[in-house]
Amino acid sequence: MSEHQALRNVPQVTVILCDPLRRLFPDAPARSLVNAASVGHMLDELDRRWPGMRDRLADTSPAVRPHISIFVDGVRAELDTPLPDRTDVYVLTAMSGG
Amino acid sequence: MPRNLHILVGTKKGVFIFDGDRDGGDWSVRGPFCEAWPINHVIGDPATGAVYAGGGNEWFGPAVWKTTDLGETWTHSSEGLAYSEGETPVNCVWSLNASHGRLLAGVQPAGLFRSDDGGEEWTHLDGLQNHPSRPEWMPGGAGLILHHIVPHPDDADEMWIGISAVGVFHTNDGGASWTTRNRGTRQDYAPDDQRYPEFGQCVHSLSMAAGMPNRLYQQNHCGMYVSENGGEEWECIEEGLPSTFGFPAIAHPRDPDTLFLLPLNGDAIGRFMPDGKAAVWRTRDRGRNWQDLRNGLPQEGAYFGVLRQAMATDGLEPAGLYFGTSSGSLYVSADEGDHWTRIAEHLPVITSVETFVTDA
Repeated sequence: MSEHQALRNVPQVTVILCDPLRRLFPDAPARSLVNAASVGHMLDELDRRWPGMRDRLADTSPAVRPHISIFVDGVRAELDTPLPDRTDVYVLTAMSGG
Repeated sequence: MPRNLHILVGTKKGVFIFDGDRDGGDWSVRGPFCEAWPINHVIGDPATGAVYAGGGNEWFGPAVWKTTDLGETWTHSSEGLAYSEGETPVNCVWSLNASHGRLLAGVQPAGLFRSDDGGEEWTHLDGLQNHPSRPEWMPGGAGLILHHIVPHPDDADEMWIGISAVGVFHTNDGGASWTTRNRGTRQDYAPDDQRYPEFGQCVHSLSMAAGMPNRLYQQNHCGMYVSENGGEEWECIEEGLPSTFGFPAIAHPRDPDTLFLLPLNGDAIGRFMPDGKAAVWRTRDRGRNWQDLRNGLPQEGAYFGVLRQAMATDGLEPAGLYFGTSSGSLYVSADEGDHWTRIAEHLPVITSVETFVTDA
């Protein structure tokens, strides 16, 4: 099966990256189309495109970092949260700091 | 050859770089760099000209930032700067050292990592995690942090590290195995008959005497010490000082008998300058006698502290001294502490101060 055929069976989502993250990865656009079955796989794909991005968003627990919010269909997601096809995924920084 | 002097300042809100003329007192400041991340240590690598900044951001985790153009552009990486899955994740970077062609990073929770490609990728030196004492380590007030790395100048495999509130460890095999080096240092918060344990002492700073790799100086939470045998035994040198508590200890760059300390009033009564009067304390005879240096430092209302990595010297003649305060002021002495000038105020909390000399 070709890579193209394989991707046809994988959900495609629009990933919206917040500005503080994009300042760390200036080449990353605000919106990207990504094929991934789960949030964890989505982070892998983001890391392939912009090396180091996964480390900024997830730790080795493994888990989404405590002060990072990834929203899928309006609900805060974990690494194993499945991704519905054609949905928007927001990658945001949580209210934090001092 | 003309040389440029830079002061590398880590703060709770980014890195600042001061460029200037130590003797003329003319300084300019650039920053904050590193996206205003909390940065615990900034160092320059004379071998490559690179400057590294280690820290951790509450949102994005730990990273080592790097610039090869003195701050104009920065990159960041934490590739490999992680413990195994399931262990408490690395929270932030606390200390950096460039020596023998490698880069070392101490992190929180305490551990040591090595990079051989200028900070792009990191490898965990897991000997510390495998030390028999590891299950009993308890964090200090700033956390379980590996905050000092002191390499042997000639032997790449030998080094000392300091962890709060665990103590000093030594390796002579590049970090594969470690031994405790705390004999003679006190733990004043233990029962009377347990105040000299093998580990559990809260080292605050380690500094090696110039030209004498086996002479180490230590500022501890409980006292000031010198060792003549690489930390196997420590001798108390706190008599004549205003307290037994402080954070930084900086050995003179050429004279092994000269050490600079910044004693604070005490750990439970504010941790600021004794009586609100700032002083650096200097010994010229390895701790037998002490002199307070106050000329140019505030002598009233000085309720600031100076953190464990926030004092530095340089390799110039005479030696310069530099320290940054918890209230965001930066002080410089061009004459080994005899006279001081404040060159900045209102910076964020200063966590580290280092100097870096480059070709003009």
